[in-house]
Amino acid sequence: MLKPRYSIFSLARNAMNYHKDWERAWRSPSPKAEYDAVIVGAGGHGLATAYYLAKNHKMTNIAVVEKGWLGGGNTGRNTTIIRSNYLQDPSIAIYELARTLYEGLSQELNYNVMFSPRGVLMLCQTQHELRAFQRTAHANRLAGLDCRMITPAEVKEIVPIINDDPNCRYPILGAYYQPRGGTGRHDAVAWGYARGADDMGVDIIQNCEVTGIQRDGNQVMGLETSRGVIKTKKVGVVTAGNVSTVMDMAGVRMPIESLCLQALVSEPIKPVIDCVVMANTVHGYMSQSDKGELVIGGGTDPYNNYSQRGSFASLEHTITALIETFPIISRLRMLRHWGGIVDMTGDRSPIIGKTPVDGLYVNCGWGTGGFKAIPGSGWVFADTLANDRPHKIAEAFSMERFTEGRFIDESVAAAVAH
Amino acid sequence: MLLVTCPVCHASGDETDFHFGGQAHVARPATSNPEGISDEQQREYLFTRINPKGLHFERVRCDRGCGKWFHAARDTMTMEFKAFYGITELPPDHVIKQAKGAWAEYFTMRMKKQK
Ligand SMILES: Cc1cc2nc3c(=O)[nH]c(=O)nc-3n(C[C@H](O)[C@H](O)[C@H](O)COP(=O)(O)OP(=O)(O)OC[C@H]3O[C@@H](n4cnc5c(N)ncnc54)[C@H](O)[C@@H]3O)c2cc1C
Ligand SMILES: [Zn+2]
Repeated sequence: MLKPRYSIFSLARNAMNYHKDWERAWRSPSPKAEYDAVIVGAGGHGLATAYYLAKNHKMTNIAVVEKGWLGGGNTGRNTTIIRSNYLQDPSIAIYELARTLYEGLSQELNYNVMFSPRGVLMLCQTQHELRAFQRTAHANRLAGLDCRMITPAEVKEIVPIINDDPNCRYPILGAYYQPRGGTGRHDAVAWGYARGADDMGVDIIQNCEVTGIQRDGNQVMGLETSRGVIKTKKVGVVTAGNVSTVMDMAGVRMPIESLCLQALVSEPIKPVIDCVVMANTVHGYMSQSDKGELVIGGGTDPYNNYSQRGSFASLEHTITALIETFPIISRLRMLRHWGGIVDMTGDRSPIIGKTPVDGLYVNCGWGTGGFKAIPGSGWVFADTLANDRPHKIAEAFSMERFTEGRFIDESVAAAVAH
Repeated sequence: MLLVTCPVCHASGDETDFHFGGQAHVARPATSNPEGISDEQQREYLFTRINPKGLHFERVRCDRGCGKWFHAARDTMTMEFKAFYGITELPPDHVIKQAKGAWAEYFTMRMKKQK
């Protein structure tokens, strides 16, 4: 059932034929009556979980059910920053696993995910921020990450368009630099994992909304969906901003709030910035896509929201900050803007693992920063599901940490934690 | 842009004139019984949140007006406000009736206590 591989030759062959003969990247199957496991939510995390369940754990009688279209949630709405220089050891472990997997992902999936390790630079614009990042730098050093603090002069050299006026409101005092961080193509990550999982026999069922979780005592027995009942004894809920509503169906209340996070892109211009710059103090960050659009984002809106539409006040705040940081963008027109519903935890770290209900697993809480984690998260969550115990790296991220007071606090480390 | 009316000073303004303070009606268990609080109760208080798609109840501060905290009932899907009410008050009856899930349970419990 192996699909023909994508290559320069297949590209040339199809070009000769006006690209009319490309095979479908994945099937569109109807749900079977029963599966060994079902993943709810075909975002990057759900699809990567399915891929590694099939690949690493040989579980191929599984399905991913998605209420809309695959990759249509936050995975298709994010600004694609990839880095691993978090403060806490458990975070470093999972984000660095993910970043490492990203390096070989295009080859692994035979799908160009356009991983571009162009460098991520986090500005220090107050003495406090400078010290906080120095602390992170030391923590990352101990963990063996390739990152370093750089001086204002180096920042200017890497990002010539940056405002280096020492007398501005938030002057640049330095930056924390991860040269191996960067960006990727968000849709391609979802599509690549979907194609790979489908190839191994995983059913990806779109337009299939989960409306209920069936139980017998404390054991999961199946899912009620808009396309009928699907029997299964293992369910992995990976629904980001909708995680509280889905977990409610099993009677599990989550330590999560759903907020809107927005992003926008400018009209395309010639290359002006070849790395990612994050300005956490003023709440804005920017990179440039291969098409030339400036990709811009900031902080979340301040209130709960499920509508995938944000407020102009937050956008204005982000834009104001970035015009101060990059004066040349002040006259650019903005092309598109959109919002995604992000799942925020109290310590700004994800929740991965088992739940009080047998056979029910959850992977959520990635909030504003989970794109970078997709390969690592799928890897450890698949292992957790297959073996019914947390993967070593997932252990620290269990839901119990909120009862035990054992937080993985990343909220102080990055005000805009993408 | 949300338009908000403060039930205390009756000033109206857009959302940037107000500060949003998260879920309403969260009682701190340790206030009445500091020694008897379990880890689970403390978790519920600090982290577990009612996070509905639909009618929600939240705390808002009249930042650039009278400075008081108050409550709002808002739909998280349509963004429509259903009521603004005082910080010590419960929502109007007709709004309570629309509450679902965890919020419906909460208000039923509060009503029982009042009786
Ligand atoms: C504007 C924005 C910018 C961001 N920038 C970055 C960044 O630069 N770097 C970074 O690392 N992260 C970033 N993020 C965060 C990142 O996008 C998310 O953490 C990540 O994509 C989450 O992936 P997911 O697979 O968990 O969720 P999603 O991709 O949202 O997938 C969840 C899926 O579940 C489906 N679903 C929901 N309810 C149901 C149901 N009842 N039944 C069936 N299916 C259901 C949804 O339709 C959705 O497709 C950003 C997010 C946003 C919104
Ligand atoms: Zn007021």
